[in-house]
Amino acid sequence: MLRKIVSLAALAAVFGASAFWFLTIPETIQPSALAAHTPDLANGRKMFLIGGCASCHAVPKQEDQTRLGGGLALNSPFGVFYVPNISPDARDGIGGWNEAQFVTAMVKGTSPSGEHLYPALPYTSYQRMRLDDLRDLFAYLKTLPSVTGKVRDHDLPSPFNIRRSLGLWKLLFLDGKTFTPDPAQSAQWNRGAYLVNGPGHCAECHSPRNVLGAIVGGKRFTGGQSPTGQGGVPNITQDKLHDWTIADFAEVLETGMTADADRVGGPMVEVVRNTSQLSAGDREDIAVFLKSLPAPN
Amino acid sequence: MRNGAAVVLIGLVMAFSVSAVIAQTSPIAARKALMKGNNDNAKTVVQMMRGQVPFDAAKVEAAFAQWAETAQKLPGLFPENSKTGEKTRATAKIWVTKSDFDAKAAAFGKAVAENRDKAKASLDGLKEAIPVVGKACDNCHEDYRSGKD
Repeated sequence: MLRKIVSLAALAAVFGASAFWFLTIPETIQPSALAAHTPDLANGRKMFLIGGCASCHAVPKQEDQTRLGGGLALNSPFGVFYVPNISPDARDGIGGWNEAQFVTAMVKGTSPSGEHLYPALPYTSYQRMRLDDLRDLFAYLKTLPSVTGKVRDHDLPSPFNIRRSLGLWKLLFLDGKTFTPDPAQSAQWNRGAYLVNGPGHCAECHSPRNVLGAIVGGKRFTGGQSPTGQGGVPNITQDKLHDWTIADFAEVLETGMTADADRVGGPMVEVVRNTSQLSAGDREDIAVFLKSLPAPN
Repeated sequence: MRNGAAVVLIGLVMAFSVSAVIAQTSPIAARKALMKGNNDNAKTVVQMMRGQVPFDAAKVEAAFAQWAETAQKLPGLFPENSKTGEKTRATAKIWVTKSDFDAKAAAFGKAVAENRDKAKASLDGLKEAIPVVGKACDNCHEDYRSGKD
């Protein structure tokens, strides 16, 4: 009897482990999936600014926002993440990556060595980006200065240090969808919607998260916890910002000044350093979309 | 005996008054009042910049004077025992890197002083001056003011 139970238990364990292994296979995009493309470096820079890459990946506490040597510590309920080096350095950065590997990281959250990346990299938003925009961004990143020095591993207590388990997280929270324009809305609104939900990844800070660290569905943009660990990130829907005009939204992205002459602070200062370098047209597209964000049900 | 009671009574009244005065001018309350004043003055000059009210040099001067006062008083309003006790958006980092905080307050004062005359002189001058002052606000708020809860 006991032998039977033990055998059944062993079988269940093998089955469970196999199921886990199968369900958590990291997805990749193959180079053969990418058609011929001439990079547009100006567009790449625009994606770099809206994507806010430097905000996390630039070496902390120095002026030059193109030195992407990493090192910033990001506190989270799951431990401390140390942002990696994504400079074109061949050994310590992404100099050895090809286009398909970069697209895979941004869209699937899988590293070139076939491991899951933690969603501290907001691929949940970046997955909405168009292939051409990702390829232009990669080309632009390759023009930036090489920075030597590998960044230390993340400091995550068990069980969050089991990378493979992110495969289950992705099954739940990474929908794999690309951006689909809304035909009922204007071209400008759709441009804004793409910039905000794709490269802008605004909802990643401006939304509440559940206990597994995923954005709570139906509450996007209604505010969240600051990544600094102290204070909140504002609700930017019309629930709170109904008094703001489209011009007010464009203004805050250009100068950091709010509709009541206050100034955005904390990590948003860094965001505005980037958005202030965009074209007025881009900021207006974003503003048009943000002004339309409804109060949640 | 009556004198003794009077002394006790007067002593109690004084104690209450002093504590009321201390409560009214707690460092947290004082610095919040300065920041609120900063924003009130910002609202005024922004209305001028947007052409919603006429340019008024006296009001611009009053704004810059209040900002200058803030820069000067702020560093002294963060004693060790003022991290909590009332609602505050001061981040814990202030006390970790206090000399950097003080330097940024001084830089704010410098931006205010350097742009005061230009801002009072004309509407165009004001429009040039305010973004420079605003950046000095940001340099402090980036690390030392938390988001609203």
